[in-house]
Amino acid sequence: MDLKDLYRDVIVDHNRSPRNFRKIADADKVLEGFNPLCGDKLTLYLKLDGETIRDLSFEGSGCAISVASASLMTERLKGKTRSDADDLFNQMHDLLTRSEQPADLESLGKLAALAGVREYPSRVKCASLCWHTLKGALHGDAASVSTE
Amino acid sequence: MSSARPLPNVAFDPLRWRGDFPILAEQVHGKPLVYLDNAATSQKPRAVIDAVSRYYEHHNANVHRGVHKLSELATADYEGAREKVRAFIKARSAREVIYTRGTTEAINLVAQSYARPLLRAGDEILLTQMEHHSNIVPWQLVTGQTGAVLKVVPITDAGELEPGAFERLLSPRTRIAVFGHVSNALGTVNPVKEMTTLAHARGVTVLVDGAQAVPHMPVDVQDLGCDFYAFSGHKMFAPTGIGILYGKEKLLEAMPPWQGGGEMIRIVRFDQTTYNDLPHKFEAGTPDIAGAVGLGAAIDYLAQVDLVAAQAYEHGLLAYLSEQLTRVKGVHLIGTAKHKAGVQSFIMEGVHPHDLGTIVDQEGIAIRTGHHCAMPVMERFELPATARASLAFYNTREDVDALVRALGKAHEVLA
Repeated sequence: MDLKDLYRDVIVDHNRSPRNFRKIADADKVLEGFNPLCGDKLTLYLKLDGETIRDLSFEGSGCAISVASASLMTERLKGKTRSDADDLFNQMHDLLTRSEQPADLESLGKLAALAGVREYPSRVKCASLCWHTLKGALHGDAASVSTE
Repeated sequence: MSSARPLPNVAFDPLRWRGDFPILAEQVHGKPLVYLDNAATSQKPRAVIDAVSRYYEHHNANVHRGVHKLSELATADYEGAREKVRAFIKARSAREVIYTRGTTEAINLVAQSYARPLLRAGDEILLTQMEHHSNIVPWQLVTGQTGAVLKVVPITDAGELEPGAFERLLSPRTRIAVFGHVSNALGTVNPVKEMTTLAHARGVTVLVDGAQAVPHMPVDVQDLGCDFYAFSGHKMFAPTGIGILYGKEKLLEAMPPWQGGGEMIRIVRFDQTTYNDLPHKFEAGTPDIAGAVGLGAAIDYLAQVDLVAAQAYEHGLLAYLSEQLTRVKGVHLIGTAKHKAGVQSFIMEGVHPHDLGTIVDQEGIAIRTGHHCAMPVMERFELPATARASLAFYNTREDVDALVRALGKAHEVLA
């Protein structure tokens, strides 16, 4: 296993300069995600307009995989609908946890760069933290989400 | 302070012992294993693995129960190991040596059986900011049950207890003081003998968490003077699942049993049960007999190695590790106490510890990354996590060099 398969250029880039790494002052939803295993913490901000995710952003500290995953997620979902977000959650869940490569990698675009994480079971939670937080923000009433 | 004594200059050759640990010949990701996660658990020498196998192949039976030959052999193994532990920590009597599942269970036993009946609302339990969660949470549970409160001795930037703070925080309400001998996250060796003396001068009972000390230095519980001393087998080259609570006989005698079951009783009637004598009173159910045998074998093995010589060697290796780490671009040491044993935590600018762990793992190097079950320490240093390299006497300078080389790659991977 080559490390470059995990730390692909897209991931390294989004770790170094995370997109949408900011607070949304008038956010409709604010949710914290926490991975107690490694101490990764992120706060997700969502600005909704009916079914549309008008804006989303995050803040926090985490490893390269966790930061890049959150950065890619915010980039991808801005302007999309809640139902797009649910679909993408399921696709990402499969990508990170299924033993075989999903057939439809192309539709994931840049997010497909996270495909290598599957080979590192201890790192799957790093990549999935922001997605579980997103799901919690869209569907739950919890004040925080934990991957444990 | 015991750790301040100059260490003897004894020639110690780690390569002489390394071959005794079969797993150290393994390859990881096609590279020779470099095992630097000894504070999490140590590796096991052939002598321990064989003793456990021998027990199961030739002596396996339940202890203290049968009149048949195997039960007698198993009982002799089990109680023989207890005597080895007694001699290892220089306890007065084997009645003061209680088998547990590990350090965590030993501390919980004291919290529930000694502290809980004693504590009243407003009483204080004194502990330190550098404790492992297993020496925090059992006490928190007791505060919830009794209304007692926790008082915390703060630590300095170097990772030492703030000078004078322990004594200052010993109050008329302090009932028990609990602290680690060696910090698992920072490597700090605490002056436990002096702290015990200070506590005892105020009539305060002392529990020492020795999990990180016993693999690195000879421990004499009578010299330390503490009332309780807890440690695990698996960090001192014995199997997982076995640990020890040492307690002064007078205190253990007065304590009620913690768990009920077989072995811990003398006479059971529905109207009244008479409990067994020490140490069996605290050992309900069939114990980890093979684990005890393995612990005895580890103690025999350590007697050959000579812990005093190993300690001096490790001391030098730790200094080398810390020095080499500071030469890596962007690395900062966490835990720079004057007296340390076995552990060096660190962070690297721009690279999260979790990424570091994965990157060096690809080179066959095992280190720990995360909060090390010491979240209050992480909070103190305002860090989400650190990387930690921890040593045993079988580690070499080559292991350290391999880690330093692998860390050099981290910037390449993530830049």
